[in-house]
Amino acid sequence: MKVNGIAHPAPADPRRLLSDHLRHDLGLTGTHVGCEHGVCGCCTVLLDGAPVRSCLMLAVQAEGHEVTTIEGLAAPGAPLHPVQQAFHECHGLQCGFCTPGFVMSVVGLLHEHPDPSPEQVDEGISGNLCRCTGYASIRRAVRRAAELSKQ
Amino acid sequence: MKPPQFEYHAPTSVEEACALLSSLQDAKVLAGGQSLVPLLNFRLARPAHLVDINRIPNLDRIYERDGGVAVQALARQADVEDSELVARRCPLLLAAVRLVAHRVIRNRGTVCGSLVHADPASELPAVLLALRGHVVARSTRGSRIIPAADFFIGVMETKLAYDELLVEAWFPASTGRFAIAEESRRHGDFALAGAVRYGDRLALFGVAPTPVLADRNDPTHGLQPSGDLEASPEFRLHLVRILTEKVFAA
Repeated sequence: MKVNGIAHPAPADPRRLLSDHLRHDLGLTGTHVGCEHGVCGCCTVLLDGAPVRSCLMLAVQAEGHEVTTIEGLAAPGAPLHPVQQAFHECHGLQCGFCTPGFVMSVVGLLHEHPDPSPEQVDEGISGNLCRCTGYASIRRAVRRAAELSKQ
Repeated sequence: MKPPQFEYHAPTSVEEACALLSSLQDAKVLAGGQSLVPLLNFRLARPAHLVDINRIPNLDRIYERDGGVAVQALARQADVEDSELVARRCPLLLAAVRLVAHRVIRNRGTVCGSLVHADPASELPAVLLALRGHVVARSTRGSRIIPAADFFIGVMETKLAYDELLVEAWFPASTGRFAIAEESRRHGDFALAGAVRYGDRLALFGVAPTPVLADRNDPTHGLQPSGDLEASPEFRLHLVRILTEKVFAA
């Protein structure tokens, strides 16, 4: 499988979840693990460009596919990805635990709806839980990310 | 939370998958994994073998058949949601699939997987029942059609035999009047109760071990829904009455 553009062998143990593989075997700890049953959205990554829950996939299933994690959005030192920049500008976070999952979901959302309506924004982030912000700043960040993405 | 140990199989054809299912003891089919993997993570399911069908090519089609829409085993819910054919021929299925969890889950989850999983609170089984659709099961013994009315037999239990693979679901065209309504605590959660209307037919979900057909004039007749932390049986019956009104007002 390719993770952030680099080829890696799949783990030998088929019960290794993709989320654990990314964190423990590849050291990509930006992908957070919250509920481990698909509810919280913290572990969201892109699989061939579409957001999926990495805790609900076996790592062996990603063999032959392209995985993008939060680390893959912008190289160290390079400008932030528009969605990251928007979360930064609008302070779309507080403790930050849920943020990588939100960012990956929003990347997927803006790919499908480059100019999302308020309903599409709510629908797009409804699968991610944030216990700090009350979501208002996250909604603003999505709007801002849409603007930045067009620039 | 880690899945229990299992032996992993990744067949590359339906025939190979069926051969595995008929020869292995205690095997589970892994399609989208959005219900099965949580069950594995919680160790509520501990199958000895997982047969991952995701490597089988040409099993993800959504196509027109017999006037309705056939959805193959690997068609993701998101693909059904985006399908122009589904929007045109079976808008009820489109409306229902948008109520399933969240888009990120639907990117992996499959329609056929939801049917086989047969959660009593799931929307798609009730839609298949209301539309009088069917599923196609394949095994080394051959192929058979199971009508929706016969398919769901209990909580997460279907007529599918241990060696059968559900290869396709067929939803008749829903060009008549339709509506689906449900009540859940949060967006994307399983419904406390739900109602599907197609023409004069009414199917309910979340209020019995399987989706059930009901009489619109007396929708709670014979129902004995269970109670839990989220809803009492009485509240579920109340919801059935309200949701029935709602879908027939639509």
